[in-house]
Amino acid sequence: MAFQSEAIVGTQTPARRVDSSAPRPSAVHALYLIPTLIINFAIILVPALLTIALAFFSWDGISAPVFIGLDNFVAVFSDSVFWTALTNNVIWTCIFLVVPVAMGLVAATMLLVARKARNFFQVVYFLPVVIATAITARVWQGMIYSPVTGIFGLMHRYGIPVGNPLSGTSTALYGVATVDLWHWWGFLCVIFFAALRQVPQEQIEAAKIEGATYWQMLRYVLLPGIRPTITLMMILTVIWSFLVFDFVYILTQGGPAFSSEVLSTLAYRHAFYDLNVGQAAAVALVISCFGLIATFFYVRIQTREEQL
Amino acid sequence: MNLVEGRFTMIVTYVALGIGAFIALFPIALLVLNSLKPAAQIVVSPLALPWPFRWDNFAHAWRDAHFSQTFVNSAMLTAMTIVLVCTTGSLTAYVLARRKIKSWKIWTFYLMATTTAPIQLFLFPLYFGYAKLGLINNPPAVSLIYAALYSPFAIMLLRTYFLAVPKELEEAALVDGANHWQVFTQVMLPIVSPGILTVALIIGLYSWNEFLIATTFLQKADKATAVVAFNLLSGQYSSDWGEIMAAALLIVLPVVVLFLFMQRRFIEGMAGGSVKG
Repeated sequence: MAFQSEAIVGTQTPARRVDSSAPRPSAVHALYLIPTLIINFAIILVPALLTIALAFFSWDGISAPVFIGLDNFVAVFSDSVFWTALTNNVIWTCIFLVVPVAMGLVAATMLLVARKARNFFQVVYFLPVVIATAITARVWQGMIYSPVTGIFGLMHRYGIPVGNPLSGTSTALYGVATVDLWHWWGFLCVIFFAALRQVPQEQIEAAKIEGATYWQMLRYVLLPGIRPTITLMMILTVIWSFLVFDFVYILTQGGPAFSSEVLSTLAYRHAFYDLNVGQAAAVALVISCFGLIATFFYVRIQTREEQL
Repeated sequence: MNLVEGRFTMIVTYVALGIGAFIALFPIALLVLNSLKPAAQIVVSPLALPWPFRWDNFAHAWRDAHFSQTFVNSAMLTAMTIVLVCTTGSLTAYVLARRKIKSWKIWTFYLMATTTAPIQLFLFPLYFGYAKLGLINNPPAVSLIYAALYSPFAIMLLRTYFLAVPKELEEAALVDGANHWQVFTQVMLPIVSPGILTVALIIGLYSWNEFLIATTFLQKADKATAVVAFNLLSGQYSSDWGEIMAAALLIVLPVVVLFLFMQRRFIEGMAGGSVKG
């Protein structure tokens, strides 16, 4: 809405006239960008360019880097842990494209019906989002998964055969993903609900009068109405799924036996535990490539939506 | 025509929403319950109600996680980040929203792309660069990293607030003889101040909760943030889950209280900028 009013005002008043009467506004205003850009270049752009360069060097972080061409990539690609990590990122992406999106959509459409209590539920669902990831991780680890102090241990003592998912190689990744799901789905629910409220009320009422069921309403009115929001959230999900770090690092450190390793924890381990910064940079570039593809679509959708 | 949902639909809806609320609240309830219990009682059952309340957990947590120091560190780091992001971000957002420079499009694209940049893309050279400059364990230097990380998001969000300000206001001020700086500080900033407050809240939340950067760059116990100290406490120094949950509650409580008072701003702001924390 903001950009609409801006566009209308923009066509009615030739702002250029006023601007040109002032002494070179362009030059003055360029200065306003400088603090942001200095910080951005020093922290992000220059180190990012250095990462690209470092991927072609052997470096332990202390002595002089040695140029080794593509050796880092060869070493990374011939490491089976890398492929496990990449597969885990893909599995993670698939889970997060389906489960929290579905939970969020179902809950959001129900909030539409529950007029009186919607604000209460919205706040409750959003609570996990504002809790620090380190704390969420420890609560799940100690109070739910732990065979000694957690709910799983309690269930075990009552004869329900549940083990700690974090200590099994086939379950560790899903154990971690569940924690992130808990932390995350409420955010999507709140975003989808905000979008659903923008769907024209006449469309919903017309469908009701024609006797549409819940699923028909969802399929033909609500989902098409918020498709841009769903697409955007799915693109961001892909980006974030390749960045996931905190929960894996705190809960399993990528273990047991690298079964829950993801690319970001692999890169972190290469850099700070193996002191193999070149290989860490190579893995970081792989992460960035996946992110870049998704980022391309993200920027395209955002700019189209805002008519830049 | 007033449409009322059938009774059956309402029951199903509320039951489903209730299940969702249970899922969201259950781990939080465990956190609160067990923060008041001695370790031995947690082993018996994490679900049992605490009695008598073991307030000692909080004293032990406060001491063992060095909260008298680490809370101050977190607060300082958060405050510095908020100031940096809000000042530099509002300047940039104003120029980009108002298309004050020819290259506004390029910079908008660039900043939008950096909102999604993976931390690992710049983390390693940055760390060794900081180490060389002696900036490890230096909270102001870390707030610069947060500022770089969060300001693209803040700028995108603030941009929408600047876009909503009618151009006539600015033009009228210029005609009245105000210079560009006065237009920005005395006309624009007061109008977009609700947006700046929203940004401050969200950036504050992110900085307070941040883990990866803080744990990498602030390693000394007296420089660590509360979240990093909590992670060390729960990972190495203690297996007393009552104490660990008490430490967790101390960190979470201020955030949750602030969130409950300012929920609309939090939700609208995070939805508007769409960044995962």
